[in-house]
Amino acid sequence: MFKSFFFHLGRYFVFLGQMFRRPEKWRILGKRILVEIDKLGVDSFGIVTIISLFVGAVITIQTATNLDNPFIPKYTVGTAARESILLEFSSTIVCLILAGKVGSNISSEIGTMRITEQIDALEIMGVNSVGYLVTPKVIAMLISVPILVAYSMCIGIFGGWMAGDYTGLCPSDDYIHGIHYAFKPYYVVYSLVKSLTFAFTISTIASYWGYYVKGGALEVGRASTKTVVVSSIVILIFNLLITQIWLN
Amino acid sequence: MIEAIDIHKTFGDREVMHGISATFETGKTNLIIGKSGSGKTVLLKSLVGLYQPESGDILFDGRSTINLSHKRSLALRREIGMLFQGSALFDSLTVEENVRFPLDMFTNMTLQERKNQAIACLERVNMPKESYKLFPSEISGGMQKRAAIARAIALRPKYLFCDEPNSGLDPLTSSVIDNLIHEITKEYNITTIINTHDMNSVINIGEHIIFINSGNKEWDGTRETILQADIPAMKEFLEPYRLRFE
Repeated sequence: MFKSFFFHLGRYFVFLGQMFRRPEKWRILGKRILVEIDKLGVDSFGIVTIISLFVGAVITIQTATNLDNPFIPKYTVGTAARESILLEFSSTIVCLILAGKVGSNISSEIGTMRITEQIDALEIMGVNSVGYLVTPKVIAMLISVPILVAYSMCIGIFGGWMAGDYTGLCPSDDYIHGIHYAFKPYYVVYSLVKSLTFAFTISTIASYWGYYVKGGALEVGRASTKTVVVSSIVILIFNLLITQIWLN
Repeated sequence: MIEAIDIHKTFGDREVMHGISATFETGKTNLIIGKSGSGKTVLLKSLVGLYQPESGDILFDGRSTINLSHKRSLALRREIGMLFQGSALFDSLTVEENVRFPLDMFTNMTLQERKNQAIACLERVNMPKESYKLFPSEISGGMQKRAAIARAIALRPKYLFCDEPNSGLDPLTSSVIDNLIHEITKEYNITTIINTHDMNSVINIGEHIIFINSGNKEWDGTRETILQADIPAMKEFLEPYRLRFE
């Protein structure tokens, strides 16, 4: 098991090395980044909206229910919901969801290209296949994920406000006051830094497993599963490390 | 001309090529034949640089490809065109964009020039005009092969490699693809190496033939002399086609 771990770790870093080679044409790299932003980022807005809206609402209702004490002001619900959404939900949970959606998409796309010899075709032509296929995806993710995370923060807080106001558990004025209360902009920066790390993790791990697929459709499926499992674990580890380093 | 000199290739503990030496001449369709699992694809992929042989040398017009610097290796690869067994067209690009791809990557031509060149290649392989804007999944296997040939010749290569070009095609389409490869070889005077187990290809276009068995080169000759080979594995391989040769 350790041998396999170090084998993949070593090969992963060699793979990253190939990613940073000079591209054949900057113009083509630019075009491909735009295509990938559309495919990986813009296409994820729907799922991020739905999840953020509902989770924001649930966080607010749960917090309000648990803080049902006359000595605790109502606006605390807004503050607690904001902190949960900003610090953990929008950066970590959204990225875990993206590891499933985007990660498996990247892995199966590159894996299929491998088994249908499209990557061999690139290599024969003298194209750096890692640079051509992976670099635009990584850059697109580094651009898209922080935007998605910031968007998720807004939608999550909005979902919380709607739920609090609609159920009457936290009136609108209290919730909005709670959102503003003791706000630390630093938490947003911390969250966005985490999202950048996770974006790099998801895109490179997914590309790695896809790139080295051997066999057929079954192996492409396995690579997608490995992508989701490995990138989720790595996200959780980095989450812990970054939190310990930044907030402690 | 491409020369393979004493090529050995191993996967794990298993040696799959045991010192193969062969010469592939320019302006001729050179065929590598043999049973499935005989090592044809490994030889072809070693020649083209997708596999690195453990020992031996491969010369492209006298230029050794072993231990070639990255820059020189890339330069050499741009002189190579390859037709893959499954065509290997890029799914996300249209037929025309697939053919234009090497031109986009490696030339400084204007967009219009690249488009014109791609269309010229597609016309050369007799692709119907209405297929230019279609994606590979929307065209037939035969058309995919034609498009892949067009892409392979887009940069006017000196060397053309074809891995099982007739795989999955009906006999008529196979013959069309064979003839197309043969015509292009003559027209551009390139060194063409075709990996096949299709005896119809041998009869139609085999000018220089190499027989591979269990990772060894067992015979080398022309289609005219193929029946005179006194090798048991080859006799067994050719038996179903003996009447057609005769």
